[in-house]
Amino acid sequence: MTRVVITGAGCITPIGQDVASFAENLFAGHTGIREMQDRPADLHFTRAATVEDFRQQDWLNANQRQIAERSSAFAIAASRQAVQQSGLVTAYPGDSIAIIFGCSTGGRTTEDQESEKLYTRGGRIHPLTVPRVMASAGTSLVSMEHGITGPAFTITTACASGTHAIGLAFHMVRSGAVKAAVTGAHEAPLTYVFLKAWDSLHVVSPTACRPFAVDRDGMTLAEGAAIFAIEALDSAQSRGAEILAEIVGFGMSSDAHHITQPNPAGPAAAMQRALDDATASPGEVGYINAHGTGTVANDRVEADAIHRVFGERARTLAISSTKGLHGHAMGASGAMELLATVLAFRSNLLPANAGLAETLSQVDPTIHLDHILLQNKPASPSLVLSSSFAFGGLNAVLAVRRFEP
Amino acid sequence: MNQVAEECIALIAKQKSIPPEQIRLDSTFDELAVDSLDRVSLAFDIEEKYDIEIPEQKLGQIKTVNDMVSGIEEAVRQKSAGPEKANPSANA
Repeated sequence: MTRVVITGAGCITPIGQDVASFAENLFAGHTGIREMQDRPADLHFTRAATVEDFRQQDWLNANQRQIAERSSAFAIAASRQAVQQSGLVTAYPGDSIAIIFGCSTGGRTTEDQESEKLYTRGGRIHPLTVPRVMASAGTSLVSMEHGITGPAFTITTACASGTHAIGLAFHMVRSGAVKAAVTGAHEAPLTYVFLKAWDSLHVVSPTACRPFAVDRDGMTLAEGAAIFAIEALDSAQSRGAEILAEIVGFGMSSDAHHITQPNPAGPAAAMQRALDDATASPGEVGYINAHGTGTVANDRVEADAIHRVFGERARTLAISSTKGLHGHAMGASGAMELLATVLAFRSNLLPANAGLAETLSQVDPTIHLDHILLQNKPASPSLVLSSSFAFGGLNAVLAVRRFEP
Repeated sequence: MNQVAEECIALIAKQKSIPPEQIRLDSTFDELAVDSLDRVSLAFDIEEKYDIEIPEQKLGQIKTVNDMVSGIEEAVRQKSAGPEKANPSANA
């Protein structure tokens, strides 16, 4: 079976607008969660993980500037980094490369702005509203920039969008449907309507996200993108590309249960299927980058699911959520977490579960996960999982290996 | 060159990221690579600026910078003439 490796990565995130900065802040525990500038006064929370000082003009050409709203601009910038690092576009014909992105919220910044104008003042809507707002605009703009003419589409599965996108791209390369893919996720959802809508759900932390803490009080909303270049191992080696990690398994499931409440059977099935897809056993897993949103319900149910898959070993398995640093960027979270996972291999260091040590919070004793990482842990696991469990019970898990030729 | 013409050239220059000196009144939209999306964007900018509406049919007939200028001038004239005069049957 074709082995699939990651040969490029790029990101625009609250903790770094390139992979080197992301890595530095990830392992230094520098959080991107901050007080929102110009925040609406009528919210129950004041913080978000925002991409500060993103300079669109540094990344977009004149044509892209007209069409790309913030979410697509993140996709363009992160993709360019990944494509440049991998050399993918010069190595393969455009029609043998796929682009599969996750994006659950589309062009919110444009839609909110035009809606506000229309509902308060009436009149006209900007004619570029449709191409700016469509969730697949990022995919189209990246395909145009790089001349990628293979299969290209956008997946929307709420907070699992990125992981579903990467998993599907992995399967397409593994099956030989394409030789390579540019894949990941991008989101820029932090508009007034979006913030208010999440506020109404009462799942956003009034303080800051601290996953698995006994006193956790919700998630922290975020924005950004992480994109990867992936390809078949043989071709990557024959052209001398640097290999960052190997994707070995992808598991999916649906809870078929509730539109917001999680259920442990679905996440457990997705983890088990990722392991089955990788022809691996739970005993080989040395680390899980958890979905770990910091909501009471998610973290309890995710812990339950980990126990179902790993049995007694769940208590001692190294686990962390990195959302205390980059926040919960909806569909883009899974892609940022895969990046954190890849960097863990590169640095021989598992990233801490940020938000706990900083707030002197204790790990929730009722979830029986005794090895939530309170600080970075030097380790070189062979196999790790990166999990995303979306609202509506749509689950996606990637199994990733340290690359060994 | 009148003010409307200068403004049209400035708008096209901005839309296409080309120097205004390269745009003449008799330049065609084809020469300037003004595509259908550019046309609706330019029409939007103009309609907002002059608070006018260029009829759909007229929009399709605009092929040159000169056409664009005269289209705007005509719409502005009709607007200042008022709805009754422009369309005598409106209140009938």
